[in-house]
Amino acid sequence: MRRKHRDDLLTAHVPTPLPAGPAGPLRVGIGGPVGGGKTALVAALCRALRDRMSIVVVTNDIYTTEDADFLRRHGVLPDERIRAVQTGCCPHTAIRDDITANLDAVDELVARHDPDLVLVESGGDNLTATFSYGLVHAQIFVLDVAGGDKVPRKGGPGVTRSDLLVINKIDLAELVGADLDVMRRDAAEVRGERPTVLVSLRRQPDAGPIADWVTGLVAARRG
Amino acid sequence: MTSVPMGLLLLADSRLPAGGHGHSGGIEALVDRGLLRSTDDLHAVLPARVRTTAAVPAGAAAAACALATPPSRRQESHHQDTRRPDGGFPDTGQGWRRWDAAGSVRMAPAAALRDASRAQGAALLRTAGAAWPSPALDALRALRRPHHALVLGAAAAAAGATPAQAAALAVHHLIGGACTAAVRLLGLDPLAVGALAARAGRQAEPVAAGAADAALAAVAADDPALLPTDGNPLADVLAELHHRSEATLFAS
Repeated sequence: MRRKHRDDLLTAHVPTPLPAGPAGPLRVGIGGPVGGGKTALVAALCRALRDRMSIVVVTNDIYTTEDADFLRRHGVLPDERIRAVQTGCCPHTAIRDDITANLDAVDELVARHDPDLVLVESGGDNLTATFSYGLVHAQIFVLDVAGGDKVPRKGGPGVTRSDLLVINKIDLAELVGADLDVMRRDAAEVRGERPTVLVSLRRQPDAGPIADWVTGLVAARRG
Repeated sequence: MTSVPMGLLLLADSRLPAGGHGHSGGIEALVDRGLLRSTDDLHAVLPARVRTTAAVPAGAAAAACALATPPSRRQESHHQDTRRPDGGFPDTGQGWRRWDAAGSVRMAPAAALRDASRAQGAALLRTAGAAWPSPALDALRALRRPHHALVLGAAAAAAGATPAQAAALAVHHLIGGACTAAVRLLGLDPLAVGALAARAGRQAEPVAAGAADAALAAVAADDPALLPTDGNPLADVLAELHHRSEATLFAS
């Protein structure tokens, strides 16, 4: 049975109350393979939400500060609200097995800015990468259609267990021969009740439904 | 029967989250400059690094372990060190401060090395403080970001290890961090590097033992200035250059 995608499903899926997780403000992890649009999503969320709430960002780049520099260059947040963590060739280790450097970066930003929302962006990795819930309260996994429409079926913890699955670059679907219906159906099959959203962050730079989902989480965290 | 504290093994295990995976122990700086390209190069570099840079963290870890062992436990049978440290038990931040400053002095030429040591100290303190709650580790929190070797030594004490074992632990991490980074950066044969690490470890035993002896003397005299002061100017310079590099994978 095909699952009909509706943006308004997203807010209904905000788990209330949120799992206890780390103390302090809401932390959302953003992970996924290289080039899927993680940094574009972080930039979009910052633009969409920064006037409504206080945001800080931790990046975990493969090469030091590439993503942090992108965010600074595009002026989505002031410099002092962005921290880059170096991950020694192992971006997944830094967000899952040994989260200490990220905890350090989050604590420092939280102490300085008392934000409503902490975004933790992982370095580009593979389908097995996933955030520890010792580091974040919720995680978004970002795929893109150019990676192939079989990816949702292949699964992996990011696809199956992330709190929100974003399938990005739907504007490229026709060019790369990706069947969006297949991706939507396979995602629904492996994810059960967990929401999936298909977008083109290039066409929708405000990341509307995703920003709404995150806003819902922030509100739920505040209680 | 002498038993090995399981906590000591856990502290030696890179799977314990302690921030080490983001640091290469100076290896990336060598690789980036073409100074280290093969297992043979690592075979040449590692023993030299151990001889010149291991005594400082090993000594600091042994001293911290001796200091952090509660006086009531210092006579226990598993503490086989012949000399008994008499230094004050640091259950306040103030008690640790002079020993922490001694670490900074020994890394004075390279701010990058001090930062790397403090970052890993803060990371280990998070994990060790929860794993082996103890007054000495609590007191280290007052320093916010104590040097890694101090936390390692205090955690080793809390886990039931001796100062000599704490010194060995510091050397073990120096070797392990460098070897892992070399494998990741150069795609070296990990089996060959494993053999190299084992050999380097054996060669390092006297360095660790010597550092532990010096540390116990320093603690007995209540004088951090007696800790080992060995150094390696090239490692200092490269650490600073690495810190200023545009594109690096490891924090140090």
